Amino acid sequence: MTKVTLIDTNARADEHGIDARAVNSKEARALYKKREQIYPKLAHGFFRNLKWAAMVVLLGIYYITPWLRWDRGDGRVDQAVLVDFEGRRFYFFFIELWPQEVYYITGLLILASFAIFLSSALFGRVWCGYACPQTVWTDLYIYVERAIEGDRNARMKLDKAPWSVAKATKKVSKHAIWILIAAATGGAWVFYFADAPTLFRDIFTGQADPVVYLLIGVLTFTTYALAGTMREQVCTYMCPWPRIQAAMIDKDALSVTYRVDRGEPRGPHKKGESWEGRGDCIDCRQCVAVCPQGIDIRDGDQLECINCALCIDACDEIMKKVDRPTGLIAYDSYANLDRRQQGKSSRYKLIRPRTILYGTLMALVAAFMIYGLATRQTLDLNVIRDRSPPFVRLADGSIRNDYALKLINMTDRARRLQIEVEGLTGAYLLAPALEIEGDVIAEAHADSVTNVRIHVVAPSNIGAGSHDLRFNIRDTESGEVATSESAFLAGSPP
Amino acid sequence: MAERERDSVSGTETTGHEWDGVKELDTPLPRWWLYIFYASILAAVIYWVLMPAWPIGNGYTKGILGFSDRNNVAADVGALRSARAPMYERLANASTAEIAADPELQEFARAAGESVFGDYCRTCHGAGGAGAPGYPVLADDVWIWGGSLADIEHTLRVGVRAEHPETRMSMMPAFGRDRLLTAQEIGDVTEYAISISTGRERLNPDRAAAARGAAIYQAQCAVCHGATGAGDRTVGAPSLNDDLWLYGGSREEIRRQVELGRAGVMPSWEHRFDAGTLRALAYYVHEMGGGEPDPPPAPVTTPTAAPEPTQNGQPSAPLR
Repeated sequence: MTKVTLIDTNARADEHGIDARAVNSKEARALYKKREQIYPKLAHGFFRNLKWAAMVVLLGIYYITPWLRWDRGDGRVDQAVLVDFEGRRFYFFFIELWPQEVYYITGLLILASFAIFLSSALFGRVWCGYACPQTVWTDLYIYVERAIEGDRNARMKLDKAPWSVAKATKKVSKHAIWILIAAATGGAWVFYFADAPTLFRDIFTGQADPVVYLLIGVLTFTTYALAGTMREQVCTYMCPWPRIQAAMIDKDALSVTYRVDRGEPRGPHKKGESWEGRGDCIDCRQCVAVCPQGIDIRDGDQLECINCALCIDACDEIMKKVDRPTGLIAYDSYANLDRRQQGKSSRYKLIRPRTILYGTLMALVAAFMIYGLATRQTLDLNVIRDRSPPFVRLADGSIRNDYALKLINMTDRARRLQIEVEGLTGAYLLAPALEIEGDVIAEAHADSVTNVRIHVVAPSNIGAGSHDLRFNIRDTESGEVATSESAFLAGSPP
Repeated sequence: MAERERDSVSGTETTGHEWDGVKELDTPLPRWWLYIFYASILAAVIYWVLMPAWPIGNGYTKGILGFSDRNNVAADVGALRSARAPMYERLANASTAEIAADPELQEFARAAGESVFGDYCRTCHGAGGAGAPGYPVLADDVWIWGGSLADIEHTLRVGVRAEHPETRMSMMPAFGRDRLLTAQEIGDVTEYAISISTGRERLNPDRAAAARGAAIYQAQCAVCHGATGAGDRTVGAPSLNDDLWLYGGSREEIRRQVELGRAGVMPSWEHRFDAGTLRALAYYVHEMGGGEPDPPPAPVTTPTAAPEPTQNGQPSAPLR
């Protein structure tokens, strides 16, 4: 057996003329070390195309969503997705949420967590590789960089070259486009919080709120910094997910894997040479050259790897050239590496207790949320008892307590609500302004909270102390009822 | 100075200090930190020039921008006042019926009234009009000077025993202190007052004393408080036929009031507030729970001196 040197951290040119060095490999990592620039080479193939498609779809969703219209009736913004802080509403197409219903957002976050657990258990860090904003925007920034400065070798040469007009032009235009993209990113974000067409006009006529400009500025800065200059450092040093992933990925989870059993022993290969007694890896370092994280996938799974699968594309391209089967680097599991070394065939186990559990939990949370939304109450009542004075003694000896009722009407039409009190013998409602033919009827305005002041009078013999009572509001048309418990206080005689 | 030692791991110089083999690195400040530090110094100097900054004697450097928080607050208050002025004007000119029909005006009156009440009235009358011994409860349905919106507003305008020429004025003699009645007579009239109040079940008046006190009451008290103790709002005489007592409801406290004839004072607010604020304040007090409807527009007749025993001693009908 030939002894395999896994990595040569010194730069060297291989037969493809590529100076490919895994700058973030374990051996190259030192405690006190400046960041080394990574120059990812453009890959071609299935996964690269998949990533382009994912980028177009995700950026499309991000930029277009706030412009989708949804008729919400008069007086309200006709925006399909809107977080309306001023009006304290969250709109998502046909769903409208009030601040007290924030648990739906919690449910959504739980669902998102389980989705990322499940996807990790199935396919490793697919979120990191394809969908994470950091990945998508970094990919976009590298695309711009490549379009202006050229591919890997050209970029390396440009950075080493002394300053010239040409170099300055390229650098300035690159950063200018980056900042434009960053500004468009921050600019799109604010549209989620206000009527997009109005805000768009206001931003350019200088009439928007200073907070809007501040938010755009902050997001422009973070986008530019994170996607333009920090890139893989965000994943390695700032993001907690790489640390958590170890708990989410088991032996059977698929992730981007160098098939050691097939590749080793590695070494340069001349055309016509025999493949007997050696591995398929020709040590061309294309997998390192395309890696945006600056690692060598052949070192195994590592914290820095975002599973973007570009090394699969790069390796497959080479394998085709040297006439070997593709898939030397592929989505594979630890279990399969072990099985093949024991002479068994590969086996893909996507359905495992772990994935079943995650899937079931997701279905449960989703069902719970759908049930909640489908049976959502559109009428609610909050009762606030006046604390000062705690009770009022009236001329005829009876006791009065005062209450502020908040009639919460979550429909888009005004409703007439009959207010009742029960649970206190002999007590009656007193609301001179609201009494209609013996009933206390209040009008609850559409889609808002209506405040009503109500007095409850109880006979003098009620006895000192706190008594329970219950308020009901009943829709005079639909009969829908909302209830709230409160208390009635009485003191001893003067 | 001798060449400083370099740490082999970090490549950074050490300070030369050593404690039990532990050496201190002399790591330079990070560049970004240093630049921010320099920028902060520069920003401070610019700030001194632009903004009020340094104290000099009794004054301070004003800064070339002329910034002043005092002026800003004054401007903000002015802007708020002018923004609210139309609502105050509407309120001042609105009738009770107009206010009742206008939820926006009600909301404004309630908020404005509550704010002013908190600043000027709550000290004596308590939060929410809870009252205190000697200071009338405003949340109940008993009024000394009348509980309609117009009555409340008038009381606010002229005050009670205040310096206003038309102020609400009533005076109860101090029957004990001024020796108008003997201690025995005061005791008897106290028992009688208890016997005509709904507090009689609670306090069990002495029947014999109450019977003696009846004649004294009719001679001395009925002029203002009415033959049945219903009180008279036109002269500000509190009702005695309920169990609510301005100066306390125990036998001793009731007797003490007969002896001393205490009477409180409320300032006149007419010159302190504009008409809109007064209306808002009156509305807020009226809405505390005991507000009465406006009396029908009838000529107000001054009561004749002779107290006629009458069933409807109160000018306006009871609430319910």
